[in-house]
Amino acid sequence: MNKFWKNGDPFVWLTGVALMFSLLMIAGLLWLIMAKGLGFFWPTGVTEIELQNGTKVMGEITSREQIRGISGKSDTKEAKYRTQLKIGNRDLYGLDFRWIDDDQIVSETEPKYAVVMERREWGNFYGFIKEITEDGTVVCQGNEECWSKLEQDIPIYAAIFKEIRKIEKSDIGGINREIENYRLKIRGVELKGGNQSQIKQYEEKIALEEKKYKAKEKELEVLYQEFTKEKIVMLSVDGREKELALGNVVLAFRPNAMSWLQKAGLYMSRVWGFVSDEPREANTEGGVFPAIFGTIMMVLIMSIVVLPFGVLAALYLSEYAKQGTMVRIVRICVNNLAGVPSIVFGVFAVGFFIYGIGASIDSFFFTESLPNPTFGTGGILWASLTLALLTVPVVIVATEEGLAAVSKEIRHGSLALGATKFETTWKIVIPSAMPAILTGLILAIARATGEVAPLMITGVVKLAPQLPVDGYFPYVHLERKFMHLGFHIYDVGFQSPNVEAAKPMVFTTALLLILIVIVLNLAAIVIRNRLKKKYTTSAV
Amino acid sequence: MEKKIESNITENQNMDTQKAPYAKFEVPDPVVEVNDLNLYYGSNQALKDIYMDIPKHKATAFIGPSGCGKSTLLRCFNRLNDLVDSAKVEGEVLIEGEDIYDPSIDITELRKRVGMVFQKSNPFPKSIYENVAYGARIAGESRKSVLDEVVEKSLKGAALWDEVCDRLNESALGMSGGQMQRLCIARAIAVEPEMLLMDEPCSALDPIATGKIEDLITQLKENYTIVIVTHNMQQASRVSDYTAFMYLGELIEYDETEKIFLNPSKKQTEDYVSGKFG
Repeated sequence: MNKFWKNGDPFVWLTGVALMFSLLMIAGLLWLIMAKGLGFFWPTGVTEIELQNGTKVMGEITSREQIRGISGKSDTKEAKYRTQLKIGNRDLYGLDFRWIDDDQIVSETEPKYAVVMERREWGNFYGFIKEITEDGTVVCQGNEECWSKLEQDIPIYAAIFKEIRKIEKSDIGGINREIENYRLKIRGVELKGGNQSQIKQYEEKIALEEKKYKAKEKELEVLYQEFTKEKIVMLSVDGREKELALGNVVLAFRPNAMSWLQKAGLYMSRVWGFVSDEPREANTEGGVFPAIFGTIMMVLIMSIVVLPFGVLAALYLSEYAKQGTMVRIVRICVNNLAGVPSIVFGVFAVGFFIYGIGASIDSFFFTESLPNPTFGTGGILWASLTLALLTVPVVIVATEEGLAAVSKEIRHGSLALGATKFETTWKIVIPSAMPAILTGLILAIARATGEVAPLMITGVVKLAPQLPVDGYFPYVHLERKFMHLGFHIYDVGFQSPNVEAAKPMVFTTALLLILIVIVLNLAAIVIRNRLKKKYTTSAV
Repeated sequence: MEKKIESNITENQNMDTQKAPYAKFEVPDPVVEVNDLNLYYGSNQALKDIYMDIPKHKATAFIGPSGCGKSTLLRCFNRLNDLVDSAKVEGEVLIEGEDIYDPSIDITELRKRVGMVFQKSNPFPKSIYENVAYGARIAGESRKSVLDEVVEKSLKGAALWDEVCDRLNESALGMSGGQMQRLCIARAIAVEPEMLLMDEPCSALDPIATGKIEDLITQLKENYTIVIVTHNMQQASRVSDYTAFMYLGELIEYDETEKIFLNPSKKQTEDYVSGKFG
């Protein structure tokens, strides 16, 4: 027995089991997120269910579960099940989902003509097509005929919608921006004492812009008329009619009549829509593009700030500072900083960056727009700086390790050739430590991408009307608020009025966030490996 | 200026003769003169009253048991001991009559004049080419043609050109141990120093690589003053013209190599070279 313990086999088993548990947990997490997230875009069949009381319901079956008794234990004698159906038609029923006890079901069918419509408002519609009208006159009738018309029209309306968005966002947005600019200039002149002729000049310009605005508004009106010209009348499964503008339809498909290949095509286009579109319906539908953009941009700004800062600090600590008690204390402090809860950094950032630096910037450079804050409120710059602060210890520690690993011989070799300490550090030590520095950056990115708490108070919002980068000078708007995938998950999953509908969005967004972390990390790892290869043994 | 230095030297020499505990061994054409050199690591004295001259364009070997101070003495010649915080140097080291411990001396300039090869080969994590060109680049040379010339000349000088001329842009860390050490020699001679300090350059090499380096040293001493620290007494007898035996921080005996090995004047030296202790 003693020998059994002594030879270390049980210990080896223990280590193996520990590793296995870790892997299982990670695999389980990924599996859950992938299964729930990826399945969301697959067009599932639409089921029509007839109930015992004669009513009919139609929708996608989302889950089926055993009904548990009041005691919490399942009734073993006769297990009862219930089915959850996504019935959509929020404007008719008020609810997107419905539970149906299985013993109430008389029959289940999959009607061929059942149409699923994704709409710009009110979520999905499940039903049949009755007719399409144009200016009150019927264009076509019946499921088959209208379907081809619908398929033709949807891309046309998508183009019109794009045009409308463009006018609203960039044209009218640009005019508004100009007007705001002149208003600020007037305010600036007023603050300086007021030169009436100058003010008048600006006012004239504003009047000019307003004229342009009126013209654009007319253009918009025409487009909107066109947009709502054709109406489609839908019939829900319980016989209620619903008329809606064709322009309101984002996507329509008949899942029960689709081949596997068609479904795959639709799946891809829905996935693409998810990553490239803006959110709709309080973020519960549509895409998450602004959140992806915000997340990546924030991480990039953070990297740009944290890398030089961390490396320089580490260089001083390990190369130039006199090693002693003081340096040891600083080092301990840096390590402890890495363990401070992130929300504390957020609170600090609000006090220091936003109310301190931001408010000062405003009072020096943006006096015209006061009391509206420009930098004196949360924004992507402050959020990035907060994360930089949060991750700088990671970079410092990793860099210091890298610097310590550069051998004394190599340093002496450089010094003995007449290089100064600065030249040695710059040309030999830093390049040799570069892989370690990049490892630090990878860790920093991984931590920063996953952080949400400090962002909530430093500039992340539920819905940002503009991206932090656009076509207007100065192109990059660091003061703007932005969207973030991590916050999006929290917002959609736990702050949404329609939690059930948003559930799959939570998983898809989580999956996307994980993917982004992986991609950012992979990029850094590839760069690091290239460097490593460059500096170490090459195959001869 | 010249005159002043000269007068300095004579003055020093006068002083030496008064203070020296032993008569300084006279060498022809000395390039380095060490006078009353003491070195302390904190409270520990590593070099004790060293007086010695090193001849120009000859190979001088330092031998002695571990910890006798031979590497420390070597590192005094390019002031690499400055990097040790606790090291304190007293006395003077003159190279071509100039006191290298004078505060007005530019250390980087000195180190360009006095090249060094280390015990453990230490190529930079760069390409072979960049390793050799490093010193020239540091000195401000950036013209490709000049650098190419320097690299080729130095690699040839280190008898390495034929082996690596077709893979100059590969990492230096992919070479064999002996090649790496010769690369370090090429790197050192690329800046055209007057002296070459070698700190046990063959201690980590196999006999064949060692043989190549020893041949190289024999060639190099035509143009460079070489000081080599070695544990290997056969090596010292093979490559050097003069040999200094050190023990516990003191210079015990310094003479022509032949004399040290065949007919040493001190008992300690005889015991050491004959392998009775050490």
